[in-house]
Amino acid sequence: MKEFLEGSRAVAEAIKLCKPGVISAYPITPQTHIVEELALMVAEGKLNSQFINVESEHSAASLVLGAVATGVRVFTATSSQGLLYMAEVLFNIAGMRFPVVMTCANRAISAPLNIWNDQQDSVSMRDTGWVQLFAEDIQEAVDFHFMAYRIAEDKSIMLPVMVCMDGFILTHGIETVDMPSQEQVDKFLPAYSALYKLDPQNPITMGLVADPDYYTEARYALHQTNREVLDLIPKVTKEFSGIFGRVYNGLIEEYQTKDAQRVIVAMGSVCGTIKEVVDELRKKGKKVGLLKITAYRPFPIRQIYEALKNVPKVAVLDRALSLGSYAPLFSEVKAVFGTKKKKPQVISSFIAGLGGRDITKDSIKEIFRLLTAKELSGEFIDLKPELLKETYEQ
Amino acid sequence: MSNSLFSPGHTACAGCGQSLAARLVIDACGANTIIANNTGCLEVFSSKYPESAWGVPWIHSLFENAAAVASGIEAALKFLGKKEGINVIAQAGDGGTADIGLQALSGMFERGHDILYVCYDNEAYENTGIQRSGLTPYGANTTTTPIGKELLLGNIRFKKPMPEIANAHGIPYVATASAAFPQDVQRKVKKAISIRGAKYIQIHVPCPLGWRHASDLTISVGKLAVETGLYPLIEYENGKLTAVRQIQPKPVEEYLKPQGRFKHLLNNPEQIKIIQAIADNNIEKYGLRVKTEVKSEASS
Repeated sequence: MKEFLEGSRAVAEAIKLCKPGVISAYPITPQTHIVEELALMVAEGKLNSQFINVESEHSAASLVLGAVATGVRVFTATSSQGLLYMAEVLFNIAGMRFPVVMTCANRAISAPLNIWNDQQDSVSMRDTGWVQLFAEDIQEAVDFHFMAYRIAEDKSIMLPVMVCMDGFILTHGIETVDMPSQEQVDKFLPAYSALYKLDPQNPITMGLVADPDYYTEARYALHQTNREVLDLIPKVTKEFSGIFGRVYNGLIEEYQTKDAQRVIVAMGSVCGTIKEVVDELRKKGKKVGLLKITAYRPFPIRQIYEALKNVPKVAVLDRALSLGSYAPLFSEVKAVFGTKKKKPQVISSFIAGLGGRDITKDSIKEIFRLLTAKELSGEFIDLKPELLKETYEQ
Repeated sequence: MSNSLFSPGHTACAGCGQSLAARLVIDACGANTIIANNTGCLEVFSSKYPESAWGVPWIHSLFENAAAVASGIEAALKFLGKKEGINVIAQAGDGGTADIGLQALSGMFERGHDILYVCYDNEAYENTGIQRSGLTPYGANTTTTPIGKELLLGNIRFKKPMPEIANAHGIPYVATASAAFPQDVQRKVKKAISIRGAKYIQIHVPCPLGWRHASDLTISVGKLAVETGLYPLIEYENGKLTAVRQIQPKPVEEYLKPQGRFKHLLNNPEQIKIIQAIADNNIEKYGLRVKTEVKSEASS
């Protein structure tokens, strides 16, 4: 049923349809509306779940770890500092192969303190072992949560999944959303049955010490499984399309890339803006396109290669930094091509939209304008040079 | 073959008080128990892949989060309608409890989860090499409170009052115990799991390696801690002190002497006086001396 919903409320409705038995979270802007809505659903008896308010994100993540280990589907959500505070637990959840699903309302990282959107938080957690799916709009954010549980709980995978949605832009934005019925979701997502769980009838030990004789193999297996998610996602999205009618690639989305001379690579809500600009420029006869990365982890190396190998000029737009080095998404896209024979002549790096600075259509046009034969390494768009000239008394 | 739910063959040091206490705790709880264990000596020596000493479902996640992990286990059991009859235990060492794990523990207490939290107090970060923790006693020589030309005293802070901190949360049961009094440990554990809500038991567990006493002295050193008044065995129920183990107090030197960690203080009467004052304060505060008016353990 189509409804006009705030992103957070829509995600909460989606989570309700997934029937998690334990929900735990700690409030942080702009994640709050999601968990407030879930708390209200529990209070009103619309959702049968244990909603546990905790004293920190570290404990929120730890609590859902304990609950999922006991064989129950779980949910948590956070953002920014909260995600960083969870970092240690995130590695642990993935290492222990627990199918936790979490929403990350993407937000900048302090200092300076900033509550607005960029993607530094989840990008900084790229090595945790969590699958990361970036949503372009609210409908994607909703649908990715259903898929997230399917991917996470697949018996051949058993890995946590983070659905990343741009803070405020998607969490607080309002769009028309097609909310599926409970019957549809039940058909797509069966009740969770754990491979292993904490059960006195069948006692097992979880979270052991692995010395140098075993550690490498445990991490190797984790790495391999992460790569296998690339094969699972298309199967899940295909099945999703059959039930819900909406078609997703799930790894990447190619928008006007087939004959494109210039393509921007990006993640998240900015892809909507880029699509508009692509449409406008196409009307003017410019052969431009967008490659949207949906799966940031695992990174769809082969798919990116196929999508860009014949594109002469590629711009990678990062909403995050790796301070002192190449921008994170850029360096990985660049690495896809390495010594390959077929590759773009130019792969330029652009940084924009940090800490909530809008990426406008003009910003995107500026990127296309700067995407020339001259390769740019970390070009800031919409930078205010006058602010950098301020001097301070020594 | 052992009938215990905590099997021998683990890699604890000879004379380890913590391994003894951990066995007492799980055997008092029985098979219908799930344990969340913080990182620390106990975790490391009992769960090295591909072996495990545990005969009950047992999970280790991180150093500081057992209280939160156990909260999740309890919430999941409630959701499944399986909480009745299953004991949930969170357990950790003193550092994992009183320092890095205190926030998660406070959250668990405040939320009132039906969990027994057990702190095995060996009074330092023994697993990482005997560094000082918030429960290291005054005067102890540890690797991060060493004795040198400028600093002669070792640890100059007093033990964090964890039982009182636990009690201040309004939880229904708080107790201290000692590995040197096994029946008392098991009685308190059984009592704790019979009470609904969050419970806290702190067990004094001598560590021959860290305390530098002979490994066959674990029980006698543990007993002396109690008998000098330095480690009072107490019980709080619903916020009130309801029972203490009464003693004929022995001088603190008897406890300090067998332990290398206090060797530097033995010829320092001023320091002995300070440590004796700690014991005297405990004796006074909790009414430890026999024939006082506070109810004895037998009357509880």
